[in-house]
Amino acid sequence: MALKGLDIFKLTPKTNCKDCGVPTCMAFAMKVAQGSVQIGACPHMSDEALAALGEATAPPMKLVKIGAGEREYALGGETVLFRHEKAFVSKNLFGVALKPDSAERVLPEVMKIDYERIGERMHVELLHVGYGGSGNGDMAGSGNGDMADGGSGDRAAFLDTVRKAAAAGRTLVIECGDAGVAREALELAKDGKPLLNGANPSNYAEMARLAEEYGVALGVGAPDIGGIYDTVQALEGLGCKNLVIDVGAASAKEAFANAVQIRRAAIKDSVRSLGYPSLVNLEKLAPGNPELQLALASVFVLKYGSIIIMGDMSYAQALPLFGLRQNIFTDPQKPMTVEPGVYPINGADESAICATTVNFALTYFIISGELQRSGVPVNLLISDAGGYSVLTAWAAGKLSAASLEKFFSEQGLNDRLKNRTLLIPGKVAVLKGEIEESLPGWNIVVAPNEAVGIVKFMKELSA
Amino acid sequence: MPFAPVPQAFKSSLKEVVIGAGESAVALGGENVLPLYSFDAPIKNRPKVGIEISDLGPDRSLPELAKFYEGASSAAELAARACAAPGADFVCLWLEGADPNGEDRDVADCVKICREVAEASPLPLAVQGCGSPDKDARLFEKIAEALQGRNVLLLSAKEENYKGIAVAAVTAYGQKIAAESSVDINLAKQLNVLISQLGIAGDSTVMHLGASAAGYGFEYIASTTDRVRLAALAQNDAALQMPVIAPVAADAWSVKESVMSEDEFPEWGPVERRGADMEICTASAMIAAGANAVIVRHPRSAAAVAELISALL
Repeated sequence: MALKGLDIFKLTPKTNCKDCGVPTCMAFAMKVAQGSVQIGACPHMSDEALAALGEATAPPMKLVKIGAGEREYALGGETVLFRHEKAFVSKNLFGVALKPDSAERVLPEVMKIDYERIGERMHVELLHVGYGGSGNGDMAGSGNGDMADGGSGDRAAFLDTVRKAAAAGRTLVIECGDAGVAREALELAKDGKPLLNGANPSNYAEMARLAEEYGVALGVGAPDIGGIYDTVQALEGLGCKNLVIDVGAASAKEAFANAVQIRRAAIKDSVRSLGYPSLVNLEKLAPGNPELQLALASVFVLKYGSIIIMGDMSYAQALPLFGLRQNIFTDPQKPMTVEPGVYPINGADESAICATTVNFALTYFIISGELQRSGVPVNLLISDAGGYSVLTAWAAGKLSAASLEKFFSEQGLNDRLKNRTLLIPGKVAVLKGEIEESLPGWNIVVAPNEAVGIVKFMKELSA
Repeated sequence: MPFAPVPQAFKSSLKEVVIGAGESAVALGGENVLPLYSFDAPIKNRPKVGIEISDLGPDRSLPELAKFYEGASSAAELAARACAAPGADFVCLWLEGADPNGEDRDVADCVKICREVAEASPLPLAVQGCGSPDKDARLFEKIAEALQGRNVLLLSAKEENYKGIAVAAVTAYGQKIAAESSVDINLAKQLNVLISQLGIAGDSTVMHLGASAAGYGFEYIASTTDRVRLAALAQNDAALQMPVIAPVAADAWSVKESVMSEDEFPEWGPVERRGADMEICTASAMIAAGANAVIVRHPRSAAAVAELISALL
């Protein structure tokens, strides 16, 4: 909420000392409110006043960090509701819920998902371990986990699962509304700075103390959005602002409504107490239904899930989900690009024919996919064409006979490759003659205009 | 002070387009809120799910799909099967075989197939052309005539061929058309304006804004759809108030993740599951972005997407 000049004036020393270069404190406050002068220009502001003002001029949504070291992740910090307005800042994280009875089976499968896609490591960043029904959105067991969940056996199994998860080398989400049990879990996993989820309207004070003691972010939830807001305010009152909001488990419909309304209130209406990253647990919303979980996860990638927990994740689900996330969290100003170089396809060696296109990731993906489908061994040569599509790169002079000549000599391709046939994109057929001149000894062949023609073309070419 | 969410229903709403006739007819669009935001105002028509069948038949190398269509060989038999799939609201016949670069099935044969499919389908029918602007224009003219009264949706009219299709299909025979542009709000608007200048009202056109699979430039279609919807609702741009249809099947089933064999990528698991998951993910994300209807190929995808819609609305 933007501060008015008068509010700022109240925080100034009111001495009219002119040290800031403005005649009066009132005039200074007005200029700060307009944004033409920084509050720091006054050397006499108290720390409390600066803190209060810093709060008021802070971004609409906090950037919250979870995890430690290489596995530290930033969540939130968003400034827009739609990516075309600027860009989304923090990509969502995916997590898998481990349960005592299935952890042994699920964990190795989840760990297998680890690959690179356009320079980004794709893996399940988070492992979620929950203590019975004591988490958010399910108030029945809150603060009374032992009784509600059938005693110490569950507790031992929970802690054992936390131990296994902590050893897996991923960041943890520990969900537990019982501060005593949560403390035991944190002792096991504290080095990895897990997210502690489970604060609610009845236990928040205890949970806040625990989160502060262990220096971890705290997840907070309540049966409805009003309760969430009140509980966050209560936590903020205790000085606990390192928060993640659990959007609840009552129903998918309500969780989606909460996720959207919380984000919208924070960004559009500057409701500071809702300006926190979100957590959505799909295993609770669609238990044992992997297809519905996949569908919901896809929706929450677009609409405001910061942490998305699933009951499991198969490789088949990971492939589209991680691709979708990579797309959505791309900065619209900076197109995705692939590293220039030689990409052998279908087991191509130095004697395979060559094809070239631009380093715009989308083009690379489509072309390499079609080449793969053709089954013909090809070396795909990707030069730096500024991250543009073929025609744009050509128009901007980023894809030319000269740029290819430079690329070939930088990469030493005349020595590295034995084959002397080079396919060029059909859309730049006009470059054929120039390229023949700049790459002597190469047989330049014009490939189809559109990717759809590639499979047929390659099969005919190699026939 | 307690928090009270501010509902954000808009004064403008999307046009409503009905396809099909009789009891099974489905309505697309009509809402005055952002996609799935039923907490802002009731959503008039929930998003619809179409199942795609091809005149060339299903890919019977996929075991589940082969089982689903077991014993069905003609397009009409396939359509009857597709209509019975849980979650299906309409069926979309893809005239894949009409492609001049492929089987090049002639117009009369295609019309005959369409007629048989329409007879066999208790659900509304969409007909997707082969993608060749010239062939599609000739096809749609005859199909529109043959299926008069069925209120079918023809996909798609593009910049190159919209004139003939719009006049023949909509003006002459009262069918519905999808105006297809390529992932650009201005191109979409321009085509809608051109079509409306032929005297065709907004309740006869849906928009096909382009398609891409998750991971393959999906951000472009997602942001284009966001912008189209905001223009329609927040800025009351009548030229962008048509409902959006997203035929995701072809893209979802042609990317690397959906076609590479399990031999080559053993850790990825069976091809069919990968393709269906790619389709579920892409279709669900399109619905979140603003699609009023999606078209998928696999019955598993149709069921999952229908379940998603029920869960959220």
